[in-house]
Amino acid sequence: MADLITNFLSADIRTATPLILAALGLVMSERAGIVNIGTEGIMLTGALLGCLGSFLWGSSFAGALLAIAGGGLMGFIFAFFTVSIRANQIVVGMGFNIFAGGFTITLNRLLLSGAKVSGFPDYPIPLLSKLPILGEVLFNWPIPVYLTFLAVPLSWFVLHKTNTGLKIRAVGENPKACDTVGINVFRNRYGVLIYSGMMAGMAGAFVSMGQLSSFTEGMVAGKGFMALAVCVFGNYSPVSVMLAGIFFGAADALKYRLLTTSIGGYYQFLNMLPYFITIVALCVFARRSNKPAGSGIAYRKE
Amino acid sequence: MAEYILEMKNITKRFASVVANEDVSLSIEKGEVHALLGENGAGKSTLMNCLYGMYDSYEGEIYFDNKLANIQGPKNAIDLGIGMVHQHFMLIPALTVIENVVLGLKDNKRVLDLVSAAEKFVQLGRKYNMEIDPWIKVEQLSVGQQQRLEILKALYRNAKLLILDEPTAVLTPGEVDGLFEMMATLTSEGHTVIFISHKLNEIMKICDSCTILRLGKVAATVAIKDIKNRQELAALMVGREVRLTTQKAPVKLFGEKLVVKSLSCNSDRGLPAVKDVSFKVRGGEILGICGVDGNGQSELVHCITGLRKVTGGQIFINNSEATNLNPRQILKLGVSHIPEDRHKYGMVGSMKIDENLSLISYKEALYSKNGLLKWKWIRSHSKEVCDDYNVKTPSVQEAANNLSGGNQQKFVVGRELERSPSVLIAVHPSRGLDIGATKYIQSQIIKQRDNGTAVMMVSTELDELIELSDRILVMYEGEVMGIVEQKDAKRETLGPLMAGIKE
Repeated sequence: MADLITNFLSADIRTATPLILAALGLVMSERAGIVNIGTEGIMLTGALLGCLGSFLWGSSFAGALLAIAGGGLMGFIFAFFTVSIRANQIVVGMGFNIFAGGFTITLNRLLLSGAKVSGFPDYPIPLLSKLPILGEVLFNWPIPVYLTFLAVPLSWFVLHKTNTGLKIRAVGENPKACDTVGINVFRNRYGVLIYSGMMAGMAGAFVSMGQLSSFTEGMVAGKGFMALAVCVFGNYSPVSVMLAGIFFGAADALKYRLLTTSIGGYYQFLNMLPYFITIVALCVFARRSNKPAGSGIAYRKE
Repeated sequence: MAEYILEMKNITKRFASVVANEDVSLSIEKGEVHALLGENGAGKSTLMNCLYGMYDSYEGEIYFDNKLANIQGPKNAIDLGIGMVHQHFMLIPALTVIENVVLGLKDNKRVLDLVSAAEKFVQLGRKYNMEIDPWIKVEQLSVGQQQRLEILKALYRNAKLLILDEPTAVLTPGEVDGLFEMMATLTSEGHTVIFISHKLNEIMKICDSCTILRLGKVAATVAIKDIKNRQELAALMVGREVRLTTQKAPVKLFGEKLVVKSLSCNSDRGLPAVKDVSFKVRGGEILGICGVDGNGQSELVHCITGLRKVTGGQIFINNSEATNLNPRQILKLGVSHIPEDRHKYGMVGSMKIDENLSLISYKEALYSKNGLLKWKWIRSHSKEVCDDYNVKTPSVQEAANNLSGGNQQKFVVGRELERSPSVLIAVHPSRGLDIGATKYIQSQIIKQRDNGTAVMMVSTELDELIELSDRILVMYEGEVMGIVEQKDAKRETLGPLMAGIKE
């Protein structure tokens, strides 16, 4: 029984980590009023770049850096289209997803061919990792997992206690009002989009190198959209986003658990489970919302 | 020689091909209240937005404190000591009061110290006798409080020159007096105020001098003490003599046409917006609905016109029950509706004039046959309506958006009145219009009344209500505070009612 619980919770955290990571980035950009539906594509690109970097330089750390840099660049390009040119955010985001689908396949076949690379090694915390159950579930992970959970209170602090956080929240609500007090709306939105791109890139790298350590085509499989859902379900607030991520991770872990039981034969339905739970949760909780008033609208200075 | 805090020299501002300000020069003395007067679209706000750095570019020079100022953005303007309270407040409702105050301050530390900022803010509020709790969210403040917050926000940034863009439009008469007292305090301390308005009596009351803009140019700069009466100011503003009073025949009543019995409904947020409201409007009279914006007037109108669900009470139109009917059924009962926001409810801006005309009546025999529109007739009829109601448009094929605000409103009024309604609901019929268009639309409403239509008119302009209405119903927080006959209606009697005070 203890094994069962440990396995379930470990699987939960493993799935939840990339969701939370990407969603923490999205909290910032969504709060600043940008809907980045291209997260899926950025994560997929990050997954590929992570493996590529690790393959080329033989270090998962280099892979992570490459994924973060690639994600940041995509965030910058997204900002250029949606903030400077004021293109429709949804359309650009979908463009990113379609682009990433083809781009990653091409690069993979050219350079990687799904090669096995060195993934993120586990880094057990001394002493704490020896605790029964808790030690395995909480303190026996690769570095990115610890960083992800440390980023939760940090994000909260930045958003609510710092000058930058106040500007981010204000820009999403009423960009014009920010303009009248001398805030540079464009610079602010570029900043959060690059940041959220970097987070999504890293989230993608964790998808490909957190467990399997190889890239398979289309492996992000909707996790970018789930990260968006986590962000909404978590009411655009870091701590709730973490809880939402763990909840969705549990749905995924439940899927794997059920696959090994007698109803495992209906695996198509079980595969739907996390997505189904996402939809139901969003329908139920969509109302209470910190969703910013200026969400999705490009700002035009007269 | 007077000491000027601000001199704007030969300012020209173009938007694409339109010239909003042309060669405007303006000098403001230190410590005065200087009015900027002009009709809608005369370029008052544009000029001030240039000064505040809201636009990318302008031509001309601005001197502040006798030094040439290079204003690239609001940041520069704030640093110089210019504060602006925009007509539409630049506050963020989801943030707290103090967060709004410190937002964007250049001496903010990385980690905000809101506690000491709040202390400074409270002291400032105490000094000017307008304390606001710094820790509540702005969405919980009344409109009057929000305005005070905007002023404090500017003072917190050490503004020496305060620009108030139509500040009294959203206030009760009592709050207006409070604002004027505050302005007096500020100028006595050496602050300077630019007061943008088109309300002549306010300018006569509190301003020292006045610059009048007409069609983007300076028409005149005058000292208020040299002006005899508001008639004189009005003539300067419009460029010709205007009659400020409207002629009206005595009331001739025809039966009760609109009856509302203990009506209740909720706001968009699900809170009670209209509470147990009852009144009757008879044919041949104008019932004015008076109150500060947001006290249930809009919701009341929406209930009567079928745009909102009635949660309690009944509505009768021409003696048949109209509670919770849909808008088409209500229109069929003989109701015409001049909506509060012509862009949102009155017309489809991107559609042509003739298309907009047929939106209401497209099902009628004259307009269509077997589901096909009779364009030939619709076009000639649109032409008639435009001619009858003085709508200036190159053709009826013009997109409604391309008309000026006044012509759009005249078109909406024309479309609604040509259906010869027995009940007319007119909401802010003259909002955003110049004096000429306002007087025209008012005269058309009076004509309807004289023909026996029951008119219900919602407005926030007290002068307009007092002048036109036969009776005035005052609403406060969704309740009827009282119904006043025209002969008893004065600012002094209506003001307290609007603020929710009953003797």
